[in-house]
Amino acid sequence: MPRAVRKMARIFIQAYGHMLLQRFLVRLLTMLVTLFGVAIVVFVVIRVAPGDPIAMMLPPGASDDDIARLRALYGLDKSIVQQFFIWLGGVLHGDFGTSISLRQDVLGLVFDRLPATLELATVALLMAIAIGATAAILGARSRGTAVEAGIDIASGATLSIPDFLWGLMLILLFGVLVPVFDISGRVSPQLDLPFVTQFYLVESILRLRLDLTWDLLKHMLMPAVALALPLAAIIAQLLKQSLKEVLDLDYVVLARVKGFSETQVILREALKNAALPTLTLVGVQFTFLIGGTVIVERLFSYEGLGNMAIDAVINRDLPLIQGIVLVFALLFVLINLAVDMMYALLNPRLRHG
Amino acid sequence: MDEARIARRGLSPRLWLAGGWLLLAMLAAVFAPLIAPQDPLAQDLMLERLPPFWLDGAEPGYWLGTDSLGRDLLSRLIFGGRIAFIVAFAAATSACLLGSALGLIAGYFGGWADRIISRVVDVWMAFPPVLFAILLVAVLGTGLSSVILAIAIIDWTRFCRVIRAEAMSQARMDYIESARIAGYGRIGIMLREVLPNVLPSVVALLSLEMGIAVIVEAILSFVSLSISTDDPTWGSIIAEGRLSIHQAWWVLVFPLITLILTVLSFSQFGEALKARFDPVLR
Amino acid sequence: MSACLDIRGLSAVLPNGQRVLRSVSLSVQPGEVRALVGESGAGKTMIGKAVLGVLPKSVRIVEGEMLIEGEDLGRLDAKARRTLIGARTALIPQDPLTALNPSRRIGPQMTDRLVRILGWSGERADKRIRQLLNEVQIRDPERVLKSYPHELSGGMRQRVLIAAAFAAEPRLIVADEPTTALDVTVQKQILRLIAQLQRDHGTAILFVTHDLGVVAKISQKVSVLYAGKVVEEAETAQLFAAPQHAYTRALIAATPRYTDPYASLKPVDESVLAGLTAEIAAADKDWRPGHG
Repeated sequence: MPRAVRKMARIFIQAYGHMLLQRFLVRLLTMLVTLFGVAIVVFVVIRVAPGDPIAMMLPPGASDDDIARLRALYGLDKSIVQQFFIWLGGVLHGDFGTSISLRQDVLGLVFDRLPATLELATVALLMAIAIGATAAILGARSRGTAVEAGIDIASGATLSIPDFLWGLMLILLFGVLVPVFDISGRVSPQLDLPFVTQFYLVESILRLRLDLTWDLLKHMLMPAVALALPLAAIIAQLLKQSLKEVLDLDYVVLARVKGFSETQVILREALKNAALPTLTLVGVQFTFLIGGTVIVERLFSYEGLGNMAIDAVINRDLPLIQGIVLVFALLFVLINLAVDMMYALLNPRLRHG
Repeated sequence: MDEARIARRGLSPRLWLAGGWLLLAMLAAVFAPLIAPQDPLAQDLMLERLPPFWLDGAEPGYWLGTDSLGRDLLSRLIFGGRIAFIVAFAAATSACLLGSALGLIAGYFGGWADRIISRVVDVWMAFPPVLFAILLVAVLGTGLSSVILAIAIIDWTRFCRVIRAEAMSQARMDYIESARIAGYGRIGIMLREVLPNVLPSVVALLSLEMGIAVIVEAILSFVSLSISTDDPTWGSIIAEGRLSIHQAWWVLVFPLITLILTVLSFSQFGEALKARFDPVLR
Repeated sequence: MSACLDIRGLSAVLPNGQRVLRSVSLSVQPGEVRALVGESGAGKTMIGKAVLGVLPKSVRIVEGEMLIEGEDLGRLDAKARRTLIGARTALIPQDPLTALNPSRRIGPQMTDRLVRILGWSGERADKRIRQLLNEVQIRDPERVLKSYPHELSGGMRQRVLIAAAFAAEPRLIVADEPTTALDVTVQKQILRLIAQLQRDHGTAILFVTHDLGVVAKISQKVSVLYAGKVVEEAETAQLFAAPQHAYTRALIAATPRYTDPYASLKPVDESVLAGLTAEIAAADKDWRPGHG
């Protein structure tokens, strides 16, 4: 009898493993459709641009012949649909064109700046989770008291203020009033950097150059906090709510009777089950956080992708803009895919049928 | 249920505070030429970087001080409110109309209409909104209508997603069926039965969106992409303040406080309205 | 020798001032099964929760004492009380479907108190748990310990919970309607199992139930509860032979008997309830916490 049960369980898991794969493939397909849509939108928006990119590339006084030759070179004399597929074909081969303002390969420029943005966004995400989860646990622990009410009010207000304004407030507080942190740049310019990749933070840790790690973190701290605070508030609210629901369940009551303290009960019994709904939301919100890096990097003169994007827009550097927007879009859909898969894997009910 | 009632009672003073600030700021913007103490564009290098009134060296008539070109900060804030509120109302309303219409269609009719609209929403969600806004304004050219259009084009998805979900759950309910049996057409049913039920969420979102529009406009003018650089906007004052932060902190502090109060008020006002109009909570 | 559990004059109120427990006194001697019987809403589960220190936050104890083996819970600080309850008591919950954490395997859920509260070694706890699983007649402990709760049937889960409750050799177990949520056929087995383990281990049990049939099978003494008030207390045999209180008589009359199932389908007599309610309302009028 037990052997039969075990066999059935194995069949079930195999069937469910298949379901996971199927879910993954469906998601992957949706993701590709979305990316195709993004490519169309980017192409349309940029071709609608009233300013002629060719005219901007040439010195004033160029002849009509010159313009026509350059148009043909960039494929601008073909039909718009043909242009789109030529452009898309290039993109699929990793050819994003050449930046007009920087006269360099777009893909190279983007990959030079992307690590800085990824490091900033990751540090901000970790901070948001740490702050938000701490507040949620604290609030759930002291539910029904003034502490919980305080956390509710604080998270409500924090949530309503966007990262742009948090950044400005932090600049005023810790850049001017109490100048303890750097408010501009990614790293102190006088430092000698031994790095071979653009992942400065990761590399400084791997090389055990903790002096450089510290300098990088000091620069990163304020933009990261500005990005983290709204997300931390969302996590605090949602996680606290699910924690409170879970804390009334029978198995949590049983854990209390066993003699575990309220904090132990929350950490050992409630947190994992309560975190699942929060996780899905954090995924979507993480893309918003990455979107926020555009302006926050600008605010703190942090040399990341977003800062470069704004320069590209101001310089009407269309190939560069295209490249950056596509990379952001790719990042967003990948994050959503990852969160979806993580959700399926973490849910034991889904995992084991 | 209890919690909701308590929350609603607690929101009431917040409704008044938020509404009060918005009313004050809007009245100031409408009557800007009457109440602004100075010409917001008048430069006077003799008066540059005057501190606010309680500090030494302040000049009477320049209550909040002046910027690096000697322009009166208070007057610039009051005139900046005009653009902020025009953008807030026009952009949020446009986004709301576009998003609600598409959301209603997707949620109520379902099928391929829903599939297409949902796919478009997915595509839109894959854009970083601030970058999208900057890009659109760069393409459309700077100016008030471009800013409004850009915000509406980007943020309609917020309304669409919420309305679609609500319309979907409403469309499944029995009373829709009975309305159809009673002989109402599809569009009629949608407007008559679904719209009143989704109204509380729409109102809350609309108010929230106005706050977002104010921020987006500030961000755009912060990167000098909003309207012409001469007209005072809250974002351009902030950009100026960020540059002279070590010489004249007040140029950053006052527009920042204005923006925070406005954004907080819009979101709190929306929450309070939702609590008041929501038939379930009431 | 002091009682295993001694409750003296316990009263509790809701935030609106409504009394949910009315000067409840009862004691459980070592090794004894005391049934706490009453209809739903009578406050019997509330008493169990009060003893274990897991009352809902809305319920406030306003007077009375609870002693576990002579130690007054009210005089201990929160941490000491928690440790005392964890070491000397256990709970067999009502619904085995919700009483196990869905995201943790059975094994760690059974051993965590032994290891983390009582400080046993992992091996000792493991051995002990396997012994108990054997006692509750689980034939395949290996598989059960590795399972997630949703992979086990309701009856299996309740066996697991019973085994876990007895594992730490508690002096007192609160059994909160442990068979109510189960199938009728499983109910009997589980009841027999609890009785068996109780005899073998000599554990005192406060057995909360609404079912007089269960009371007759398992307990030596009974407290009958109505609207948060103990209306009668007696030896089990005596209670059935010669019920003193009108409510007890009505309750017995309303209980199905296996000999005559059709005669029993009548509710508790309305007039008896009306009289009781009036009596309690009159007592409430004069009641002040601390003077009751």
